[in-house]
Amino acid sequence: MITAGVDIGSLTGKTLILSDNSILAWSLIPTGANSAETATRATDLALKKANISLDNIDYIVSTGYGRVVVPFAHKNITEISCHAKGAHWFLPQVRTILDMGGQDCKAIRCDATGKVTDFAMNDKCAAGAGRSMEIMAELLAIPLADLGQNSLELVNGEVAISSTCVVFARSEVLGYLRHGMHKNDILAGACEALASRVYTLLKRVGTEKEFVISGGIAKNIGVVERLEEKIGLKANIAFEPQIVGALGAALFAQEILAKQPK
Amino acid sequence: MITGGIDVGSLTAKAVILENGKILSSSLSLTGDSSNEAAIKVMEEAIKKAGLSSGSVQYIVSTGAGKKEVALTSEQATEVMCDAKGAQLLYPQVGGVIDIGAESCRVIKCDQGNVVDFAMNDKCAAGTGIFLDAMAKALEVKPEEMGELSLKSTQNINITSMCAVFAESEVVSLIHRKVDKVDILKGIHKSIATRVYGLANRIRIEGDAVVIGGIAKNVGVIAFLEEMMKRKVVVPRDPQIVGALGAAIIARERVMAK
Repeated sequence: MITAGVDIGSLTGKTLILSDNSILAWSLIPTGANSAETATRATDLALKKANISLDNIDYIVSTGYGRVVVPFAHKNITEISCHAKGAHWFLPQVRTILDMGGQDCKAIRCDATGKVTDFAMNDKCAAGAGRSMEIMAELLAIPLADLGQNSLELVNGEVAISSTCVVFARSEVLGYLRHGMHKNDILAGACEALASRVYTLLKRVGTEKEFVISGGIAKNIGVVERLEEKIGLKANIAFEPQIVGALGAALFAQEILAKQPK
Repeated sequence: MITGGIDVGSLTAKAVILENGKILSSSLSLTGDSSNEAAIKVMEEAIKKAGLSSGSVQYIVSTGAGKKEVALTSEQATEVMCDAKGAQLLYPQVGGVIDIGAESCRVIKCDQGNVVDFAMNDKCAAGTGIFLDAMAKALEVKPEEMGELSLKSTQNINITSMCAVFAESEVVSLIHRKVDKVDILKGIHKSIATRVYGLANRIRIEGDAVVIGGIAKNVGVIAFLEEMMKRKVVVPRDPQIVGALGAAIIARERVMAK
């Protein structure tokens, strides 16, 4: 049985192809202006990697904010359910999942079967979402991938960012740069600010181990380490944290197929 | 008696010279990096415009986000108080002041120039001038022309994101979908007016409502505010100097009390 999960996020599109219990292939591309096109491109790429065609896939589930426009999906399921499902596959002991995406952030609690029991979400404000890190990376002209590590290499100590709003923080940071503050110290403040915002979200649902972080920000060690310190739990991160949602979608596709009369 | 008021906002600094309840002169300049330097600059300019010498200003009070950095003055007053005092001098019947600045928005309920209640947002760019500025950039229109343009739209496009950062992406995708600029602009103005109205709704203003701050010059925002509030609002000829005027009035009160 071969299934696929297509996760169309605000910044990236992911497709994962699952054959029974093994991942055949996955793709990760930036989301373009057209979500349906992004879904097609991400899926074509994954199919090519797996060396199969769309006809070989028995069932496709879409997720993410663009899930309703994926033209070839049989069904769509919320990203909250998919992230819990995907995290559970990676680590069956998982009870708390934090999915930090580009435009939103979700704190999810699940039971021993990977079923969602509670969640809290911020999709209203860029502070507390991955977009804030992108803005800092652009502003400081540092590659997004280096941002977390740089934030841990302090020069004169963390520069606290007092603005909550990312727009105001942008002006604040420009001021710090003019005053000659070191980029790493500013980044430390930016990562701390994001970690604090996310922490308040996690507190609303409570944290119980095992704790998994998925989504793009899971790759930012500066935010992850600061968050671990706040909640007192070690974070488990999948080898590719951005495909957890797509994996969950492919797993749901399997379940649906299994229930269908042959 | 001649007194002065300086209002150092996040974007612009303003100064007013007041002689016995009459505005002698005013000036406005970008705040830039140093609130103190901006304060000196606007005050010197206002003194020059009034044809005075610097020694003739008896007392100066500062207000605004940068008020504490102003070395020229020995006393500071809150923006809320200054807005109320300034608006009351211009419109004695004023019952409420809506101040939409670059990085904050304040709604003040007042009575005879005294503050009865107020609500403010200085935490989130949505509902402040910087939101409009970001949208003007995204749409490549001049900030001072966007209000007028927005009134030309006959469509109802809603900007669903509240956050200025997310709204910017939303606007970009609307541009990609070939939605007319004026229609997007109308949606943007509705969005900011909704936020300001939400703040105004928290305290019930009675009597005349005066809109001040840089965004008061934006006819698109004013039109939506009037529609939402179901009444006319008043915009002073120079809505940006009202806070500085209030500070000068407070300076006058201080001298008189001595």
